[in-house]
Amino acid sequence: MAPAGKKQETSSRSDAPFVLALAVIAGLYVGLIIAMVVADAVFTTPRSLWRALASPEINYAIKLSLISCSITAILSLWVAVPTGYLMSRYRFPGKGVIDAILDIPIVLPPLIVGLSLLILFQTPLGRAIQQVIPVTYAIPSVILAQFAVACAFAVRTMNVTFDQIPTRNEQVALTLGCTRRQAFWLVVLPEARRGMLTALTLAWARALGEFGPILIFSGATRGRTEVLPTTVFLELSIGNLEAAVAVSLLMILAAVAVLLLVRLLGAEAAFGKAVKP
Amino acid sequence: MIRVEALSVRSGAFQISGINFEVMSGQYAVLMGRTGSGKTTILEALCGLKPVAAGTITLMGRDVTRLKPAERCIGYVPQDRALFQTMTVREHLAFAPSIRRWPQGAIAERVAELAQLLALENLLERRPAGLSGGEAQRVALGRALATRPSILCLDEPLSALDDDTRAEMYALLESVQKRTGVTTLHVTHNLSEAERLADVILVLKNGQVQCGSSRWERDKSKPPLHPKTTNPVHE
Repeated sequence: MAPAGKKQETSSRSDAPFVLALAVIAGLYVGLIIAMVVADAVFTTPRSLWRALASPEINYAIKLSLISCSITAILSLWVAVPTGYLMSRYRFPGKGVIDAILDIPIVLPPLIVGLSLLILFQTPLGRAIQQVIPVTYAIPSVILAQFAVACAFAVRTMNVTFDQIPTRNEQVALTLGCTRRQAFWLVVLPEARRGMLTALTLAWARALGEFGPILIFSGATRGRTEVLPTTVFLELSIGNLEAAVAVSLLMILAAVAVLLLVRLLGAEAAFGKAVKP
Repeated sequence: MIRVEALSVRSGAFQISGINFEVMSGQYAVLMGRTGSGKTTILEALCGLKPVAAGTITLMGRDVTRLKPAERCIGYVPQDRALFQTMTVREHLAFAPSIRRWPQGAIAERVAELAQLLALENLLERRPAGLSGGEAQRVALGRALATRPSILCLDEPLSALDDDTRAEMYALLESVQKRTGVTTLHVTHNLSEAERLADVILVLKNGQVQCGSSRWERDKSKPPLHPKTTNPVHE
C-alpha cells in the first residue's frame, strides 16, 4: 500500500494535464477576443476617433442609438416583468408552447426577424397602424426591430429571476394580509431588483448591437434610421475603414461597460442562462 | 379553536383525505408524522394556501374553508422561514400591521412589544442575511404574531437549529404561547420536541390523524380530547 503522501503526489500529477488542457482551450478563446479588441484599438488613432465623433452623421447615429436603445430597454423590462412572473408562477394550458415562442427571437436569424416585421407591416393590420404612425423605414421601426429581439432576452432573465425567488415568500405575505397584487409589489418585486437591472442592461446591450432586423425593416438611410451598427456598415461600404473601426471601438467600449455593470450587479447566473437559446 | 372535519386536499399526485381533528382554544397542539405524510399539506390547507377538495375547516367558530389566507387571521411560520431578503427586522415586524392599515403609532408600539418579547431589540436594523438561524426563526415568529392572530401555524420551526438554539427556542415558544394565549399548531416529526411542547399531540399516519393525546392523556389518566380520534402514541 502506498503511503498517503505518495498517493497525494500521484493524484496531483495526474490532474495537471487535465487542468492544462482546460487552460489552453479557454486561453485560446480569451486570446482571440483580446486580439480582436487590440487589433481594432491599434488600427485606429485618437485623431481618427475624434474625427469620427465630430462627423454629423455619426453624431446622429450615436444619439439615435442611445435614445432607441434606452426606449427599447425600458419597453423590454415593462413587458419582461409581467411575462416572466406569469411564466414563473402560473400553470396554464399551452404554457410549454408559449415558453418556446418566447425563445424564438433568440434563436431566429436576425435578418428573418427584420423580414418578418417588414411583411407584418404589409398586412391589412400593419397598414392600418402605418396610417396612424409611420413605422417602416422610420425611427419607430428601429425601436420595434430592436425590441423584437432584446425583449426575449429580458423575458428570459426575468423568468430565471422569479424562479429563484421562493414562492413561499408570497404565500407568507398572503397569510399576513396581502392580496396577490400586494405580495407581488411589496415582496417579490423588491427581491427581483437585481434581476430587473440585469434584464434592463442586457436588453440595452442587445439593442445596441442589433443590425440585421434594422437593415431590413428600417433601411440604412443616413441621418434618418442610422444607428451605430448601420454606420459601421455604411462606412465600410464606402471604403472608410478608419471611421468604421472608430465606431466599432465606441460600441466595444459600450459593451464592456454594460458587461461590467451586469457583473457588478452579481447576476451572473441569470445572465448566463439568459443568453443561451 | 381549530376544527378540521373530513378534510381532503390534493397537491399534484399527492392526496390526503378524511382528516379529522380538533384543537381547543389556547392549546399548543403538535401534529406529528413521517416525512411526506402530509403534515405540511394540512398546515397549508389551514392557512388557505392549498385548495380544499372536500371537508370543512373551522377556526375560532368561523368556517374559513373557502376564505382567502388574508381573511383567516392565522400567523404562519414556514419551515424555511421565508424572510424577505430586502427588509430589515423592524420592517418584518411592521409588515402585517402596515398591510392591515394600523395607525403608525400602534405599529411602532407593536414592533417594540414584539422586539422585547422575542429579544430582537438589538437586531431591528439588520436584514435576514445578517441573522443566525435562531434569530431568523424569532423574526419569522414575530412577523407571524404581529397582528395578534388567533391561530399560529408553525412548520418544523426547530428542525434547522443546533441543540443550544433549539433549547432556547423551546423556552421561547412556551413563553410566547403562555403570554399570548394563541392557539398553536406545530408540525414536526420529532417526538421529544412534541412531548416537550405539546398540550395535545396529533399523529398523522396512513393519511389519517389517528391520535389525539393530551399532556394529561400521555399519562393515560384522561379520555381523548376529540371523540373521533384514538390514542395509539403509548400503545
